[in-house]
Amino acid sequence: MKILLKNAYLLDPQVNLSDELDLLVENGIITKVESNIKDKADAVYDLKNFVIVPGFADAHVHFREPGREDEETIQSGIEAAMNGGFTAVCCMPNTDPAIDCAEVVTFVKDRAANSIIDVYPIGAVTKKREGKELALLGEMYEAGVVAFSDDGEPVSNSKIMKYALEYSSMFDLPIIEHCEDKSLTENGVMNESINSTKFGLPPHPSLAEVIIALRDIAILKYTGGKLHLAHISAKETVEVLRQAKKENLKITGEVTPHHFSLTDDIVETYDTNTKVNPPLRTQADINAIIKGLKDGTIDIIASDHAPHSIEEKEWEYIYAPFGIVGLETSIGLTLTKLFHTSILSLEEIIYKMSVNPRKIFKLREAKIQTGIEANLTILDLNCEWVVDKFSFKSKSINSPFHGWKLKGKAVGVLNNSKLYFENKLISII
Amino acid sequence: MLSSRHLLGLYGVPKKDIELILDTAKTFREIIERPIKKVPTLQGKTVVNLFFESSTRTRISFELAEKRLSADVLNFSASTSSLTKGETLKDTVRNIEAMKIDMVVIRHSAAGSPHYLTQLIEANVINAGDGTHEHPTQALLDMYTIREKIGKLEGLNVCIVGDISHSRVAMSNIFGLITMGANVAVCGPKTMIPKDLEKLGVTVFTNIDDAIKFADVLNILRIQLERGAASNFPSLREYHRLYGVTKERLLKSKKEILIMHPGPINRGVELASDIADGSNSVILEQVTNGVAVRMAVLYLIGTRSENN
Repeated sequence: MKILLKNAYLLDPQVNLSDELDLLVENGIITKVESNIKDKADAVYDLKNFVIVPGFADAHVHFREPGREDEETIQSGIEAAMNGGFTAVCCMPNTDPAIDCAEVVTFVKDRAANSIIDVYPIGAVTKKREGKELALLGEMYEAGVVAFSDDGEPVSNSKIMKYALEYSSMFDLPIIEHCEDKSLTENGVMNESINSTKFGLPPHPSLAEVIIALRDIAILKYTGGKLHLAHISAKETVEVLRQAKKENLKITGEVTPHHFSLTDDIVETYDTNTKVNPPLRTQADINAIIKGLKDGTIDIIASDHAPHSIEEKEWEYIYAPFGIVGLETSIGLTLTKLFHTSILSLEEIIYKMSVNPRKIFKLREAKIQTGIEANLTILDLNCEWVVDKFSFKSKSINSPFHGWKLKGKAVGVLNNSKLYFENKLISII
Repeated sequence: MLSSRHLLGLYGVPKKDIELILDTAKTFREIIERPIKKVPTLQGKTVVNLFFESSTRTRISFELAEKRLSADVLNFSASTSSLTKGETLKDTVRNIEAMKIDMVVIRHSAAGSPHYLTQLIEANVINAGDGTHEHPTQALLDMYTIREKIGKLEGLNVCIVGDISHSRVAMSNIFGLITMGANVAVCGPKTMIPKDLEKLGVTVFTNIDDAIKFADVLNILRIQLERGAASNFPSLREYHRLYGVTKERLLKSKKEILIMHPGPINRGVELASDIADGSNSVILEQVTNGVAVRMAVLYLIGTRSENN
């Protein structure tokens, strides 16, 4: 089947493409990138005013299958990713049972097979994510994981972290660390600041994040291997990562849209949808994150999509679970907060949300180039829209962004010979 | 009339509201000295005391205030949080509201629970202490007591001594006193002072002698061992040695210092017995004033809706 995407602006800095051109896709393969393609096609889409970019990848999501299918299944997560404008996701292993052996890796991959979205499982660092013994990293590598992480929990034990970096280096896969010194956070639920005092909520200081980042960097220097810092929230951690990169260590880092869009002021509402780990911080932290994004210290923007049921989020603030759903607001927030404010160019955003995650986790490349499989995200940069959590395709609605006015969103994705556009998913084989 | 139909905390409560409550409390303070202490003000209104955290003093004080205003009173106590019982706060309060009640007085170990309640139910909500957040009626009765004893709040040097980081009493006092124009200080070991507290305009002392030199009023907090305060300092003995308010220390001050404590006192820890029972101590008056202040709050909130 031939489909012709006409009049879109094509942007792919990997191949120096930046032009208003037509794109012909035959049986899922890009066959022509030219102006005014005349070929007869089975379907023609006029994408005037839209921008086509390499398919975005969200390197940090939580799908709750197996274990909490009431909150998110792999299928509903895929639909949320598709609706949010992503063609690939890396899903964290804090399921029940955890993704800590080949069988669970295979289960997740099978569940996601033949989908428009590429789902890449991340394996646990330790058995059952308990932090005590290494999980079966080798067999999970063979089963196809793209990284290892106990995300949701740090690898608290330094010896285990040392083993993890040494062992994973044999497979050249990164360890993704959730940086949190648990002895400092204890029952903490929000950033330690004047606001935690004002709101009377137990503090979760930024110090807890930077301490583990510093420790891990020390281990990384000692052992070699690859380290990726998940959801950086604190200005101190940005600086530590910047210095580590200067020493040419194999270290990368990511930030979430909620950590550059919200400060801990919003916790004043006691809305449990603002409760997230690491917690929302201050404007000074946002400024440091923005600086880190601009100067390349921070490699990736990832959502840390963390679905939770309404019932759980209706508990008191100190009892409610941490987490925010992000797949369907990530691109909108990034465009609104970083692109339309001229902080990042669209090319830079393509690096943070497509090229870099694909490179760091060795996901399938996405390029707008003839002869390769089409893996595309279609953006409407100037569309003004209001976030409506009830329209999410995710099974969960724990978003603090409900009602926010955003500018820019993804309107479609094309991947694995499937096109999602105008709320319709079609096969283009 | 008060600006809000709830009393969730003193943060952001305007000066005129605090003045109105304190002025109204004065009237009730006179009433509770009469042989017949009951007025019909809240007759026909139902007030529920929803206590998810154990409390004797505050609950009794509220209950007495409600009864003296002729309200129908319902006491709901759960020693544990609703969560651990398997019922959510939401379901618990909706059930109680379904029985047609007018006001809820809530104490809960989770900060923000009273705020959450206002989103769930129509009744007026009064915060009787939420986690380490606020305890507004305690601060109001403290301010009432100071005003009665010294005649003013504005320009007065008030120092709160103790575990500030675990104290809802401290926070409500800080917010209220600042609004009323007092100079507010806190004193305690650095491990018990919340980060960046100075940003609220509060002076921080870590030396008790400096605090005594500064203060017209010392509001001495109970060391709350049950809140895990024990890990913030080495021992009770050391706390007493460094921060205990004793006669010897007070003698160094040239001023008369008003001694306050929200109770219950750990005698010989934060406060020496002879000071607690001494002539400058107003600790028992605070308790009496507490009933009057709570009557004022209940009255102003309970009758506010009628005026609307």
